[in-house]
Amino acid sequence: MGETLQPADSAQLREAVAWAVAREQALEIHGAGTKAALGRPVEAPCRLDLSALSGISFYEPTELVMTVAAATPLAEVTARLAQHNQHLAFEPADYGPLWGKGPDGATMGGVLACNLSGPRRIAAGAARDHFLGFQAVSGRGEAFKSGGRVVKNVTGYDMCKLMAGSYGTLAVLSEVTFKVMPAPETLCTLVLPGLSPSQAVDAMTAALQSPFDVSGAAHLPSAVAADFATGNNLGNSDSATVLRLEGPAPSVAARSTSLRQLLSPFGHCALLEDTDSQDLWRGVRDVVPFQNGKGLLWRISAPPSVGLVLAEQMAVRFGGRYFCDWGGGLIWLALDGEALTEEDASNGGALALRKALGERGEDLAGHALLLRAPQDLRREVAVFQPQSPELAKLTARMKQGFDPAGILNPGRMYDGV
Amino acid sequence: MRMPKPDAKILSRRAEIIEGLGEIVPPSSLITEEDALRAYECDGLTAYRQPPMIVVLPRTTAQVSLVLRYCRDNKVKVVPRGAGTSLSGGALPLADGVLLGLGKFNRILEIDYDNRCVVAQPGVTNLAITHAVEDKGFYYAPDPSSQIVCTIGGNIAENSGGVHCLKYGLTTNNVLGLEVVMMNGEVVRLGGRHLDSSGYDLLGLMTGSEGLLGVVTEVTVRILRAPQTARALLIGFASVEAAGDCVAAIIAAGIIPAGMEMMDRPAIHATEEFAHAGYPLDAEALLIVELDGPQVEVDHLIEQVGELAQEHDATTLQASENEAQRERFWAGRKAAFPAVGRIASDYLCMDGTIPRSRLAEVLGRIFGLSEQYGLGVANVFHAGDGNLHPLILFDANKPGDLEKVEKFGADILKLCVEVGGVLTGEHGVGVEKRDLMGVMFTEEDLNQQQRVKCVFDPDSLLNPGKMFPVLHRCVELGRLHVHKGEIPFPNLPRF
Repeated sequence: MGETLQPADSAQLREAVAWAVAREQALEIHGAGTKAALGRPVEAPCRLDLSALSGISFYEPTELVMTVAAATPLAEVTARLAQHNQHLAFEPADYGPLWGKGPDGATMGGVLACNLSGPRRIAAGAARDHFLGFQAVSGRGEAFKSGGRVVKNVTGYDMCKLMAGSYGTLAVLSEVTFKVMPAPETLCTLVLPGLSPSQAVDAMTAALQSPFDVSGAAHLPSAVAADFATGNNLGNSDSATVLRLEGPAPSVAARSTSLRQLLSPFGHCALLEDTDSQDLWRGVRDVVPFQNGKGLLWRISAPPSVGLVLAEQMAVRFGGRYFCDWGGGLIWLALDGEALTEEDASNGGALALRKALGERGEDLAGHALLLRAPQDLRREVAVFQPQSPELAKLTARMKQGFDPAGILNPGRMYDGV
Repeated sequence: MRMPKPDAKILSRRAEIIEGLGEIVPPSSLITEEDALRAYECDGLTAYRQPPMIVVLPRTTAQVSLVLRYCRDNKVKVVPRGAGTSLSGGALPLADGVLLGLGKFNRILEIDYDNRCVVAQPGVTNLAITHAVEDKGFYYAPDPSSQIVCTIGGNIAENSGGVHCLKYGLTTNNVLGLEVVMMNGEVVRLGGRHLDSSGYDLLGLMTGSEGLLGVVTEVTVRILRAPQTARALLIGFASVEAAGDCVAAIIAAGIIPAGMEMMDRPAIHATEEFAHAGYPLDAEALLIVELDGPQVEVDHLIEQVGELAQEHDATTLQASENEAQRERFWAGRKAAFPAVGRIASDYLCMDGTIPRSRLAEVLGRIFGLSEQYGLGVANVFHAGDGNLHPLILFDANKPGDLEKVEKFGADILKLCVEVGGVLTGEHGVGVEKRDLMGVMFTEEDLNQQQRVKCVFDPDSLLNPGKMFPVLHRCVELGRLHVHKGEIPFPNLPRF
């Protein structure tokens, strides 16, 4: 790593990018660096450190809107929201510890640029659904904005969607505006122990098809269940299928009774109250069983009806451990690189995994992100799901439209992008 | 309002183009007679009319692909159209353009309850999706007021909202997958039945792109289990301020109602006269607050909202005790457009969003403008998300009224932007607000948006004349302006 530029404000940020454009100098965009090892390795001689662009500039609780400088810590945002009983409904995770970093490091800009959402995604939407507006500097060295400071807006293209999940390859965010929501008054969790993967899918599907507003649905196989710190409730050797209910106290109580009744064919249902529930779902959110690990970690998005069965199949195939969130739609699969066959190890399991993901036909296909892997492997293997030729062409042209010189996080997502 | 000048060369080749398209689609999918073309001359924004050169009604994705490729190769402009209910002129035809109607794409392809989604062709109406799944207790959440006729493809193009979007989101929050044909005829599939996209979120970008980026030929939307029950409160206030404060207090209490609608005095009177919903005629502002969910929760929250209303000096307060009463509360609000249509020969429906806290000020200034222009105005307001619909009353047959109403409307939207809001909350930019984009965006902002357009349609043949006040050539926009030799910022901290 060579030089580091640290702009103090958005005007300096624009100048820094314009300077890099003139020098054709690639920049590594750096908020707090918690997710620096996510994606293909960026070969950039210069780091653009945004840490000085920090602070909450606008927060009006009754407008349900907050505006912050891009590198404002997520922890600062959530603490401020908590003072008004509000929260980020998409439940952003704290992924730093997955790479052995300390907790609470992430920045708001990084959270939105990577579009990574927690367990409540099934009920409240993803990060991208709460992203309302931004100011940014494109790879042309031009400052531009999109969106607004109101929760309902269709003026022009929805460029927030384009920024969410672009991993800093299109523009450098300097300021972001997002929707905030009232935090639920209370919560509880129903725990179904000992279900097989196919029973667990049926139970989660029944719960998600019910009118009881389930806001979290995860299946924790026995190999990981004990890693979730929730008193003694999950501490046995069984798998646990867990379902979260949130809202006003009388409503949570009534729904929990109804949901238990609905799920009675799946056996006895244990109940976790408020604090234990919070610990459990924080663990699901932050992928606690696979923190501080050196092994490979895959994050797989699939149609909920097929995710869990696929995860079990892959865990057996690779001798790995997994758990499912989003009612089966999100799979966390951890592999021990040294336990893999030589052929699988050479690509981190990517070939077999992606083949299996596509085997149920286009309609039930999904995608797999190699979230954690050694740098060499991330250089060799497609970290993000490979695209169809038509999509790859659009992606390359989009990159060209925003960053024609290819100076912003070049190669982080795909070759040249 | 000006549309791009028709291209005489294209018009002179009309017969040849008809023949070329006739090789792609059967005669029943081609409309060329002048009388028949007139049926397509406008959408829901009836103030602007222009019959298209030709109408094509394809039935398959392959036909859409061939039609677009033909038009691209022959430099013929294309305007896509669903049911033609756009309120911003998004489907306004071009004199030298092909109108591509998706009406024959009218089938629901699959209902997948396990993944809680429906796969449909774009010409299926919004309400038909709910009808297809309601026997199993499900529904499709976004409910624009035109939902009986508007199509799901059009909803994608406009990112349509409705009265329930504070709690359930706009179209974009409820779409999982799309099949899209681009101007060069290539077909791409975006998303699917999984929840998150991989790579750039082109699914999110396509939603709300007003038919400028591609033509949607298949849609996968999320369906939700219908709430067990819904109840509404009808609350009258002696001032708009009091009503606005009450809305803020409801949200501050952590309550997100399924719907929260406000009407001002002229709107209350017009709708009450039309629908006899039992609205209090002495109120300056009326609030309908609907809560949905499990019975226990709804009853609990109805009580809380009722208490907040009383704390904010509600002059009347009623809670619905049964479905008939709840529907009666809504009867006036839902009939707002025809009701206003009865008291004036024409009206123009505006659509800005403002920070809710500025409502009283904005309404005050709108009344000032109303006096200045000598045109009446009634306001309905999605109070939960700050989306304001002023209905300006005018008479299209009266000379000068149309110009006056356009100016009045523009002044309202500029006011929305001035107080920190935006030009459009759910109706789209289209032709209606196109020339106001500069009020909200700088040239650099708009150039970057047009570069997105260039990614999909470099010749600007798909729905040109909409959304952007000035069309730049993609070649110009693509150039990188490098300031070599410029001294780089001496003050920038470096390490």
